[in-house]
Amino acid sequence: MRLKYPLLTGALLLLPVPVEANTVFVSNEKDNTVSVIDSNTLQVTKTIKVGQRPRGITLARNGEWLLICASDDNTVQVFDAKTLEFIKNLPSGPDPELFVLHPTGNPLYIANEDDNIVTVVDIEKGTVLTEIPVGVEPEGMGVSPDGKILVNTSETTNMAHFIDTESNKSIDHVLVDARPRYAEFTPDGSQVWVSSEIGGTVSVIDVKTRKPVGKVSFQINGVNADAIQPVGVRITRDGKKAFVALGPANRVAVIDVATLKVERYLLVGQRVWQLAFTPDEKQLFTTNGTSNDVSIIDVEKLRVTKSVKVGRYPWGVVVAPF
Amino acid sequence: MKPVPTERLSVTREGPHVRSGLAGYLACFNGIVWREVLRFIHQRERFLSALVRPLVWLFIFAAGFRQVLGVSIIPPYETYVLYEVFVTPGLIGMILLFNAMQSSLSMVYDRETGAMRILLVSPFPRWFLLVSKLIGSSAVSLLQVYVFLLIAYFWEIEPPLLGYFTVLPALVLSGLMLGALALFISSIIRQLENFAGVMNFVIFPMFFASSALYPLWRIRESSPLLYEICRFNPFTHAVELIRFALYVQLDPASLAAVLAFTAVFLAAAIYAYNPSKGLLGRRGAPGGAA
Repeated sequence: MRLKYPLLTGALLLLPVPVEANTVFVSNEKDNTVSVIDSNTLQVTKTIKVGQRPRGITLARNGEWLLICASDDNTVQVFDAKTLEFIKNLPSGPDPELFVLHPTGNPLYIANEDDNIVTVVDIEKGTVLTEIPVGVEPEGMGVSPDGKILVNTSETTNMAHFIDTESNKSIDHVLVDARPRYAEFTPDGSQVWVSSEIGGTVSVIDVKTRKPVGKVSFQINGVNADAIQPVGVRITRDGKKAFVALGPANRVAVIDVATLKVERYLLVGQRVWQLAFTPDEKQLFTTNGTSNDVSIIDVEKLRVTKSVKVGRYPWGVVVAPF
Repeated sequence: MKPVPTERLSVTREGPHVRSGLAGYLACFNGIVWREVLRFIHQRERFLSALVRPLVWLFIFAAGFRQVLGVSIIPPYETYVLYEVFVTPGLIGMILLFNAMQSSLSMVYDRETGAMRILLVSPFPRWFLLVSKLIGSSAVSLLQVYVFLLIAYFWEIEPPLLGYFTVLPALVLSGLMLGALALFISSIIRQLENFAGVMNFVIFPMFFASSALYPLWRIRESSPLLYEICRFNPFTHAVELIRFALYVQLDPASLAAVLAFTAVFLAAAIYAYNPSKGLLGRRGAPGGAA
């Protein structure tokens, strides 16, 4: 047993305590569970059973619903985010991996990895609105802040597909580096950042011209270039800093959005996959696939403060504002 | 020439001009500590070399050793740390260890030059003289440690701010433990030349067979025997005490071990420096036949 200094307790009382408590949901791909973490105590408060191979995870209805891609059950499950009770299944098409909700809260765009389509689902009615054919092995999904453009990335075609959300038709395709995994719009909607897992880069694409305007490469002392596999991307609301999960490099890169320069690499757990900010953007949670934990980054200080054990193969993460 | 019993010498020095009581003790303590500090200040090379040694380990050795920690989170760290972060408390221990041994070397030197005779003829109790000497050399170590931590900060080794304060008692205690051990060793070394033996038989085994460079679970994986040796190594406990304290935590097991080892080493040193009973006379007392 190890005791803390009483001095520490005293010092902690003097420190500003984060008043805003948030609930963090982490999908554990191998355990078929979702771990629930309190963002203040950083303890796992509950673990709930969900469908098979849960991956993509998001909130809908202003945080009322928790949506989970149960990939091997070929469905999207809806849970009550507060009571954690199962509500319903949504049709998703086969093997849903990642999805994104339209900024208005409906519909849901789901990438179907095995079928090379994006399924558009009305979450209220639980019906499929349409299916949009895209490249081979679609995965990354991003929607512009104004909701007009949807970007899907296809892992094998190595493209970012631009889709008009009114017509639900592809309007352009931009070639990026090998195995694009994730698409994230800048808050002003002018750029979309696409991470390429095998290429080891993040492509920055101008949304208006749909031309690549920059590319971020990574280099970490003591880490083999092959191990640098960018996946999850998150950009702060002020559009100044981007965080990129680098997979088996076990690092999260911090990038200055204006200059596209990597400012710092933060050591987290193994095979870091997806990222999620708390609503106040003070904390960033990372899912570490093979070390079965979640690391917490202090966004202001750019320090990893703690790693918390969750289930096996944590994949997706979302933070609810309660 | 027969060894002169130093106790008798001290008796001859007693007289009305000798201050006794608390003020006397304080003057004596100040004198001994200040001598250590002065000696240190006058030896700039010693300061530099004491600083360069851990820095070389930090900058060069640690760079090639990043994979040693694997994927485990080792208390007191709450998340994954780079090897540089892990090895820092070990390198602080290294500063304390080398400094303690250097101080032991100076005791041998003092004996050869006769300076020790002046110290030991003091009317104050021997244990007080020895503890003062220990505190003096520990104070010198502290300065080195904090300069090292300052440089390490710019190498992204950034313990919590409070840690810089909470590590202080751990440093003092570890410094005293290693100093007491060094003092005991100095009583059994005859000549300066034997210091190389101290390096080989004390410093290196203590440093390498400890948790300074690698976590103990890693050592257990390769050799359970070595793991047990490391667990009994006082230096391991000093390093762990410092490691936890630097992160504002207390490891009671290490604290207990360091306290116990300090008591044992100090008792042994005081015994060894007691001319009527100790090893000093037999091993060549000050002014005595070597």
